[in-house]
Amino acid sequence: MAEPEQLVVEAERQAAAATTLDELSAVRTALTGKRSPLVAARKALGNMEPDARKQAGQALNAAKASIDEILSAREAELAAAARTAQLAAERLDLTEVTEHPASGHLHVITQTWQELEDVFVGMGYRVAEGPEIESEWYNFGALNFPLGHPARDMYDTLYVDYGEPGTTLLRTHTSPVQARVMENQEPPIYVVAPGRCFRQDTADATHMPVFHQIEGLVVDRDTTLGDLAGTIEAFTAAYFGPGFTSRLRPSYFPFTEPSAEFDIQRPDGTWLELGGCGMVHPNVFKACGIDPEQWQGFAFGFGIDRLALIRFGIDDLRELWTNDMRFLGQF
Amino acid sequence: MKVLLSWLREFAPDIDGEPEHLAEVLSDLGLAVEELSYVGQGLDGIVVAEVLATRPHPDADRIHLVDVDAGDGEALQVCCGAFNMAVGDLVPLATVGTTMPGGMEIARRKMRGEWSNGMLCSGAEIGMGDDHEGILILDQGLSLGVPLTEALGIHPDVLFDLEVNPNRPDAMSVMGVARDLAARLGVAFAVTAPGVEGVGQPAAERAAVSIAAPDFCRRFGVRVLDNVPSGPSPRWMANRLLAVGQRPINAVVDLSNYVMFELGQPNHTYDLDLVPGGELGVRMAHRGEQLTTLDGTARTLTTYDGVIVNRDDEAIGLAGVMGGASTEISADTRSVLLEAAWWDPMTIARTARRLGLRSEASARFERGADPDIIPMALDRFVELAAALGATTSPGMIDATGNRPEPSPVRVRTPRANSILGTELSTDEMTALLEPIGFACETGGDGQEFEVSIPSWRLDSATEIDVIEEVGRLHGFSNIKRTVPVTEQAGALTPQQQDRRGIRALFTGMGITEAMPLPFLAPGDLARAGLGDDGITVTNPLVAEESIMRTSLRPGLLKAVAYNAARRTTGVSLFEIGRTNPGGGGELPAEHEHLAVIVAGQEATAATALWRRLARHLAVSNPGVVNGPVDGLHPGRSGQVLADGQPVGALGEIDPQVLDAYEIDERVAWLEVDLGALLEADRGLAPYRAPSRYPSSDIDLAFTVPDEVSADEVAATIAQAGGELLASVSLFDVFRSEQLGEGRRSLAYALRFEAADRTLNDAEVAAARQSCIDAVTAAHNATLRG
Repeated sequence: MAEPEQLVVEAERQAAAATTLDELSAVRTALTGKRSPLVAARKALGNMEPDARKQAGQALNAAKASIDEILSAREAELAAAARTAQLAAERLDLTEVTEHPASGHLHVITQTWQELEDVFVGMGYRVAEGPEIESEWYNFGALNFPLGHPARDMYDTLYVDYGEPGTTLLRTHTSPVQARVMENQEPPIYVVAPGRCFRQDTADATHMPVFHQIEGLVVDRDTTLGDLAGTIEAFTAAYFGPGFTSRLRPSYFPFTEPSAEFDIQRPDGTWLELGGCGMVHPNVFKACGIDPEQWQGFAFGFGIDRLALIRFGIDDLRELWTNDMRFLGQF
Repeated sequence: MKVLLSWLREFAPDIDGEPEHLAEVLSDLGLAVEELSYVGQGLDGIVVAEVLATRPHPDADRIHLVDVDAGDGEALQVCCGAFNMAVGDLVPLATVGTTMPGGMEIARRKMRGEWSNGMLCSGAEIGMGDDHEGILILDQGLSLGVPLTEALGIHPDVLFDLEVNPNRPDAMSVMGVARDLAARLGVAFAVTAPGVEGVGQPAAERAAVSIAAPDFCRRFGVRVLDNVPSGPSPRWMANRLLAVGQRPINAVVDLSNYVMFELGQPNHTYDLDLVPGGELGVRMAHRGEQLTTLDGTARTLTTYDGVIVNRDDEAIGLAGVMGGASTEISADTRSVLLEAAWWDPMTIARTARRLGLRSEASARFERGADPDIIPMALDRFVELAAALGATTSPGMIDATGNRPEPSPVRVRTPRANSILGTELSTDEMTALLEPIGFACETGGDGQEFEVSIPSWRLDSATEIDVIEEVGRLHGFSNIKRTVPVTEQAGALTPQQQDRRGIRALFTGMGITEAMPLPFLAPGDLARAGLGDDGITVTNPLVAEESIMRTSLRPGLLKAVAYNAARRTTGVSLFEIGRTNPGGGGELPAEHEHLAVIVAGQEATAATALWRRLARHLAVSNPGVVNGPVDGLHPGRSGQVLADGQPVGALGEIDPQVLDAYEIDERVAWLEVDLGALLEADRGLAPYRAPSRYPSSDIDLAFTVPDEVSADEVAATIAQAGGELLASVSLFDVFRSEQLGEGRRSLAYALRFEAADRTLNDAEVAAARQSCIDAVTAAHNATLRG
């Protein structure tokens, strides 16, 4: 029968010899399993004298404890080595990517549109909408363009075959939304109305028969031309950034009076003619059921497409409409 | 509208300052300066030369060699790219060493082997007219070698090209611009009455005017002139006309244009000998009436056109738009009737537009000319003509139609300040208005004033019109800027937020937003398998823009095809846009659609997208029902349901349609009516706390006939599984010979759990069995072992 000390020595030798967890598992079975010398020694205890049995038993227990400790330690060693080996084997070049999940892109018009909405929402405005196919009344009549008025010619209107000839058209500006909002909402009114508009125009780098505008309308008790100029200036600073300023130049639109064009001055001193604006004409208020002696207001409008072009450095309006992925994917 | 600074100064001599500053002032007055240019400057070194001979260049086709005499009798060879000169013509020669107005320096140089000793100039190159093509041919009689400026009496000047708004009839004349500018600059403005002396038989005995359309013609003035000049106009006048873009023709035509530019009053001359009795009449045209206008074109008129007629009631002119050929003056004309009239703006606008005859004259009448300027315009013509030897009969025939009595406009000072955001006193306002001819009378309490609107401001008729003038003359830039404060919280509507959310959802899934044109060509819808054309545009410029779309499909198919043709396949695009699928009330029905196109994917990719979308929007009971849809693959298409209502379609594009678009991939398609979808019942299911107890997972596979959809089977399982069924999802589909024709295997993963306990084996088994029983009973299905 082997001495317990020898068993421990043998365990150290065998554990050290094991180089894998599987080998160690076999060693464990050989050292502590049913057929191991340790178990055999334990069984042999029954034939011993009580005193000797007690002594031998303690020795065996101590040996067993030592052997377990040796095996556990070796197991931890081997497991760590195995993990290290596995991690090394799993090394990956993280640039070996063969799947190319595309990012989706918002159209530049949408991006610009949303930015503009956000600026005005931040200033307390709501966002209103209206139909793209409009009646002659909302596009012109309610906006103080009498029938046959030459000012209608300023808009190269596209008409559609619906109802009486000349009564239904593709809106030439977002201003009809002004009239619709004023008809449906009690002042005070603070809205912007972005939308798609149409003109009879030949497509080229700076013209398209379809384009986008954003319209603003404020109706309140004491709204002034100074409020309009201040609002344009506040928008300019918010949208274009510091160093950009604005100016108003007298102009003419049937639906506002006084009317003005507004220009943006860039930090380098150059000007960008942006849009038109003015004080809501009393006739427009009357057409929409608002008493012009009780309420005053201003409106402004400008093109979204050109802002998008400027913002992204695009030089041809037609690019917006080709849907070439090489275009769309850049923004 | 182009105006010369020197001409403005004839009305306001004290207009002074840097041209750039004046341009800013004009813009601030609402007369936007589109271009500021210097004329008659930088012409040093350009002299009069005579063409002696022209020869082809031996080595070039586009230029030839011209020998000119620049005053020293020597032949000087110049290479020239224009061929419009003949031997003996006088031309401007930029001599060697000249710096052109554009900055180019003229040097002696060889052009393809031939020496060029200077450059012959076009009108545009030296600021005389717009002609870039030909060399400017000068009048005979000029001395050779004399500087061009001296020979032509050209003086350095400044030209402002103004954009004049439709509400500024007054600014369509040099006089009117000068009046505005002088008012702003605070300098004197004065009009000198032309000096005219009549001789011989009074005009009233030689001519007569009758107005049968008194609303159309408010005033019709005529003077009779004799000995009218037949040659060219004086050089100073021709120079001015050239500078403002009007080609000189002859003295009579040039005088007419000069007076129009100067005073804003268009006018017309008739050969008196061709007007029987000198009698002119005004009436509206008869329907179908014929008139041959000055340009030799026969015009068919309507009852909305105004005409000038002779004694025999024959139309001899299209009032305010173009004269008639029958009374046109010629080189033989000695006596003329000179007409200056006021025509109804709307009528002129309509006629000019209908006949495509917009002219300098119609542009002025359309805005509303000044009826009171008529006598002065006639006199000014006479005065200028007298300098050329013409004489005039004493008196003017002054026929009048219905001229509404102008009513003064009451302006409330507080109202004006309230609109403008100013704090001007009544006196300050009237001080702004008086210099532009708005005569003001302050009312009792000093808080209002009455304005007599001048005859040249027909646009101004109401209080707000005058308030605009106050603001304009005060200067918009001098108004204090304020930002109105609203108590309203700015916000997007739920629908607008949803739109943004959907865009973010799809871009997050790698799908890019497209923006196809909303117009279609005839047949585009049919090509996409979508049936008849929608609403048509009545006046498109091109056929490709003549149909409104009923679906987003043609546009997105075109986008996929466009990219495929450029070797970009597998494109995924979406669009949110309006469509007009037909029907409607006062306006055609307009729907907002959302469509997604996924090239290189099968129909089920569209189903997956729809489910993501429905989940994103928390649509109640989203569904798909297999069935044919126009333009989609008949076996791979279906309706999209939201809470039981159809809101769109999905599937795969019909291969025949793909062929038509030359697309070689399968293309998955989803299009929903976004408005209907967002209005459908939506909302999350009531909250359930996650169970603290373990769940049990089982798989069930059934053999199911093809006609039964996987969704239907799943719905049956869901119902049979009851409360305990936490989820059911399809995870495998296969077909095989063993399963038989028309059947396939559908395998579902089921998870059971209870909120209050761990389910025991018996409970799970019972639930499993009821699911099996329900599916086999309902769908002619068998459980696979």
